[in-house]
Amino acid sequence: MAAEVSLWWIGANAPDDGMMEDVRRAVERAFWLRARRYVHADRPTHAFDPRRGQHSSTVMLKWLVDRGQPTGRVVAITDVDLFIPVLTYVYGEAQLGGRAAVVSTARLSLDVLAAADPAVRLARAVKETVHELGHTFGLLHCATVRCAMSRSVSLIDVDLTDPALCPPCTALYHEVRRKEGLDG
Amino acid sequence: MGKERTRVLVVDDEEIVRESLSGWLMNDGYTLDTAPDGPSALEKLKQDRWSVMLVDLKMPGMDGLQVLEAVKQAQPETAVVIMTAYATVETAVEAMKIGAYDYLVKPFDPEELSLMMVKIVAQQQLIRENVLLRKVLKREYRFRDMLSKSPAMHKIFDLARSAARSQSTVLILGESGTGKELLARAIHAESPRSQAPFVAVSCGALTESLLESELFGHERGAFTGAVARRRGKFEAADGGTIFLDEIGDVSQKLQVDLLRVLEDRRVFRLGGNDAVDVDVRVVAATNRDLKKATDEGAFREDLYYRLNVVPIVLPPLRDRRMDLPLLIDHFLEHLSVEMGKRVDGVSPETLALLMKHDWPGNVRELRNVLERGVVVCQGPHVQPEDVGLVPETARHEPVDATLSLEDVERRHVAGVLHHVGGNVTQAARILDIDRVTLYNKIRKYGLRRADPGAEA
Repeated sequence: MAAEVSLWWIGANAPDDGMMEDVRRAVERAFWLRARRYVHADRPTHAFDPRRGQHSSTVMLKWLVDRGQPTGRVVAITDVDLFIPVLTYVYGEAQLGGRAAVVSTARLSLDVLAAADPAVRLARAVKETVHELGHTFGLLHCATVRCAMSRSVSLIDVDLTDPALCPPCTALYHEVRRKEGLDG
Repeated sequence: MGKERTRVLVVDDEEIVRESLSGWLMNDGYTLDTAPDGPSALEKLKQDRWSVMLVDLKMPGMDGLQVLEAVKQAQPETAVVIMTAYATVETAVEAMKIGAYDYLVKPFDPEELSLMMVKIVAQQQLIRENVLLRKVLKREYRFRDMLSKSPAMHKIFDLARSAARSQSTVLILGESGTGKELLARAIHAESPRSQAPFVAVSCGALTESLLESELFGHERGAFTGAVARRRGKFEAADGGTIFLDEIGDVSQKLQVDLLRVLEDRRVFRLGGNDAVDVDVRVVAATNRDLKKATDEGAFREDLYYRLNVVPIVLPPLRDRRMDLPLLIDHFLEHLSVEMGKRVDGVSPETLALLMKHDWPGNVRELRNVLERGVVVCQGPHVQPEDVGLVPETARHEPVDATLSLEDVERRHVAGVLHHVGGNVTQAARILDIDRVTLYNKIRKYGLRRADPGAEA
């Protein structure tokens, strides 16, 4: 597996290049991996569920994996609202110990904090990407509130986290890197 | 958080729901498994223990409520959450009545699910800690095979421990079933004699001559049938402890013999002339008022004082009701193992009934009642009808001995009419008489149908 992560904007609107760059840098810092932007016009429009008016994150993940490109780990970032069948919404979904993850920015600006300061939405997008990417390395939710792998079911939870792994999660991550041969 | 021990089973006929829910929860570190229907969920229930079950309400064949009922029977400690796409108050209420932990309407808010899972895990952790603490406490409450948390009993345990270290004779007083022999055994086990025999003799169960032979033994030919020399219980207990139960029932003649043994520490076998030295610690017990028997001349005063060196009075169970939950727990644990039947406890209603009972047969009666309960009960908890106790009100109904038969009949007819709200047909059925007879009685006793509680 290539020692890099592809970040792909698959939103309905044009990408926020500033945000994508922030995300790329944060991913490189948190995971000591090369992160690059992947650009393609394909969109998983079939993931839209008209009954719910939302996109299925599970369908999106399957599409990402089946598509083959980009190779290696990929995090698709979108501005559409995501769901899984049992939940009203999700901020993102990842294959646990797999290669694909999807993150939505749709709900990251739905409060007064983000309305008052656009940087809040950017910071949340960065943290959510680091979080979902962590799951692809097999990391589970962490009890340390500030860890990027802490369970985030509300915007307050997201705001409390740092865009970085806590020491125990870092240790687990390095274990996975060794097993995957990412350290060369 | 103890997630490593939290096993979650998702039961839903929709594969997509099973997959997405288990995937979501797996990220939290729970151990997940899924089942597509009720029967396969129950199969998994037989193979493993589950902390949480998320069960869909509407499934073909066996619905969620049926699964819930089966889980409550098999693993009552499992938290069952019912999931449904169609929320109705009725089903929610029914699910909660059967014992569901919670009720979620699909799709659920992720925050709601997450909080609920955290609450379940925390609650189960508390339950586990509670079980552990209760085990530790039980050790604190224990004096050998005796259990109590009552301060009065602990004073008794302390006294018994001190007495055990001495050579003194102990006299245990208390009603039948209070644990006199258990205490005697505990004293022996705590004493320096614990490696030597503990010999128990029930003095009230034998005739005078048999008891004499039993206690002191006999030489060959001492009486018809004495074909060989036999050592008595005093000799058998040499170096150890002899427990003389029901000492208050011993005849005057044997009282003299016992007094001699206690004074000389020697016994003579029946038909023998040679004294046999015995080194025995005597623990005697009775449910009789030995002091009163002494005052009335039925029990020798000198023997009474010989025995009454360290008197220990065991209180009846009704005077230490605080011990009931502890004892119930203890007996159920043992009975479950003995009978190979899993019983987790008594229902709150049963506990209330047991707490109200007077326990004339004391701890022995409690054990027997619980044994019956374990045999009869169908679920994991012993229900009131399983223990077969007659309610106290029925056993001790006040009887006014001054009433005539006619007065009793008038009161009873008025009471039944009141009970059925003046309905003559129902009252006649209960009284097992025809309506004409009842009308006659109403007229005779001047009872009013409209307000049957009041007499005309």
